[in-house]
Amino acid sequence: MKILVCIKQVPDLESRFKANSAGVWFDETDLAWRMNEYDEYAVEQAVKLREQLGEGSELVVLSIGPDRVVEAMKKALAMGCDRGVHVQDSAAAVKDPAQIAATVVAYARDQHFDVIFTGMQSQDRGSAQVGVLVAAGLDIACATTLVGFSYSDGTITAKRELEGGLKGIVKLKTPALVTCQLGLNVPRYPTLPNIMKAKKKDIAALPIESLLSTPPLAATVSFHPPAKKGGGIVLEGEVGILVDQLLGILKEKTAVLR
Amino acid sequence: MKILLIGESRDNKVLETTYELTGFAGAAAAESSLFFVGSPHDLPAVSGRLYLADVAACGEYNPDLHRDLIVRTVAEENPDAVVFLHSSYGWDLAPRVAAALKVAQISEVVGLVEGGFEVGCCNGKMRRTVKPATARVVLTIQSGAFPVNKEGGSPQVVALAPPVASGRVIFAGYEAAEARAIDLGRAEVIVSAGRGVGKKDNIPLIAALAKALGGELGASRPVVDAGWIEHSHQVGTTGQSVAPKLYVACGISGAIQHLAGMKKSDFIVAINKDKDAPIGEIADVLIVADVLQFVPALTAKL
Ligand SMILES: Cc1cc2nc3c(=O)[nH]c(=O)nc-3n(C[C@H](O)[C@H](O)[C@H](O)COP(=O)(O)OP(=O)(O)OC[C@H]3O[C@@H](n4cnc5c(N)ncnc54)[C@H](O)[C@@H]3O)c2cc1C
Ligand SMILES: Nc1ncnc2c1ncn2[C@@H]1O[C@H](COP(=O)(O)O)[C@@H](O)[C@H]1O
Repeated sequence: MKILVCIKQVPDLESRFKANSAGVWFDETDLAWRMNEYDEYAVEQAVKLREQLGEGSELVVLSIGPDRVVEAMKKALAMGCDRGVHVQDSAAAVKDPAQIAATVVAYARDQHFDVIFTGMQSQDRGSAQVGVLVAAGLDIACATTLVGFSYSDGTITAKRELEGGLKGIVKLKTPALVTCQLGLNVPRYPTLPNIMKAKKKDIAALPIESLLSTPPLAATVSFHPPAKKGGGIVLEGEVGILVDQLLGILKEKTAVLR
Repeated sequence: MKILLIGESRDNKVLETTYELTGFAGAAAAESSLFFVGSPHDLPAVSGRLYLADVAACGEYNPDLHRDLIVRTVAEENPDAVVFLHSSYGWDLAPRVAAALKVAQISEVVGLVEGGFEVGCCNGKMRRTVKPATARVVLTIQSGAFPVNKEGGSPQVVALAPPVASGRVIFAGYEAAEARAIDLGRAEVIVSAGRGVGKKDNIPLIAALAKALGGELGASRPVVDAGWIEHSHQVGTTGQSVAPKLYVACGISGAIQHLAGMKKSDFIVAINKDKDAPIGEIADVLIVADVLQFVPALTAKL
């Protein structure tokens, strides 16, 4: 059985973002990078499935982006993926979801993966489209927002998370793609021996031009902070003073302190 | 502009969020019709054409089948945009429809701008303006971004015959939300812990503040997923919706799914070391500080 997991490398979301010179995405200077949080759950679930199936199965991790994304791929390899495919694209950040999906489809089309895992959404772009579009492009079954996954005999039983904590149970026959939600599992920390082993695992490099030939369907024309709604007070300074300021405000504006 | 709205139902009832779609149509000054898989006995109160597929035959969740029905309706209506809610139904179905129509999808629209759409990015900290390159576009709108519009018309129903083919994803039933050990809905004060609290060992600091204020302990999702606090304390779209007199968010960034559950609180205090955290958008007071220093200092003075 062949399994694919797609991961994206994203900036630390606690960073300050400012527009790049083109004004359509963020400036990457001084940003720290990590694996998209949702994709950590996807990798963990893929590794679990790989362990369940044992010998004769293979788990490939794929990422599209500039050279720095290899760092995130190494983490996935240390978590238990067998090999990596790096689609080299220094302009991946300005590709639209349809192009990212088309690239994955072009790679996966002849490989006959039985199960494909993606995150539900990327934290920086947040389109929640790539996974579903890949499934549509490959014409395979798909379910989104998984908080439960089990596999047996060519059938996936998945738990989809709905609003208010309700869950929907669905069954899919493989080949199938699932998108992973926060809390699906507990992503493992790579151990030192596994980090060492991962260094020897293969990461194939493919240029984006070899896979993608379609234009974007949508374009970002501006990247900017939200308009300030105002109203709120922002307090900064020494903790002791802040405490007194807040207590003053709470006494004046609310009825909870008496 | 002519748009096709995709309504939602659950348990044979129209979901209230459907009226955010009509709100969007109003904001866009668009002529709208509505597609709806639901019960013929509980129709959305809208004017205009309502394309109705009976949920008894089509299922609440059968994405391939719903996609095919929407594609058929689009051929009939010829809309410029097909508009979904960015919900568990919408984000699952919209890309399937966009792929079938071979058009652009723009996700989580929060506003309209000349010739394009405003969407959130970077966990809600930033915005992008996106313009479709295709003549038709599929949109999902962020919940709460557009006003509810329950104008209450009576629709002109166009019944859609259910297709014979069934989908590849088989729906096997619901699993109810866990029973709630505590009802945060009644609390007058809620003090919630977010990932910024750092580790499980620090949760007692937040719990102590909640106690000192005579309130309950709440939590953001990562704190619950990590097992630091039980799920019954989670606030947000997949937890509880609350509206206390005072809500104190400790180390919570303010993702839309968290805000959806607490933005109706009377007074909101946020403690965050990041001055740009999106929680600042709705907080009455944003304290820029380390939560581990500030919270114990505040508790000590109560
Ligand atoms: C379909 C769906 C449903 C969801 N449902 C929910 C839901 O019901 N409820 C929910 O909460 N989330 C929900 N989420 C997740 C949501 O998108 C966010 O991931 C989550 O709310 C983030 O939690 P957080 O703010 O605690 O963590 P983060 O986003 O990681 O934010 C941590 C914050 O702490 C600050 N911080 C760090 N260290 C300190 C310090 N020492 N002192 C002060 N501040 C500090 C940081 O600046 C940052 O702003 C859902 C997501 C999806 C996709
Ligand atoms: N550049 C990329 N390389 C590999 N996978 C990606 C990339 N971008 C997005 N994905 C996958 O698609 C999912 C959804 O992303 P998005 O549609 O951008 O929200 C992510 O969680 C990843 O699994």
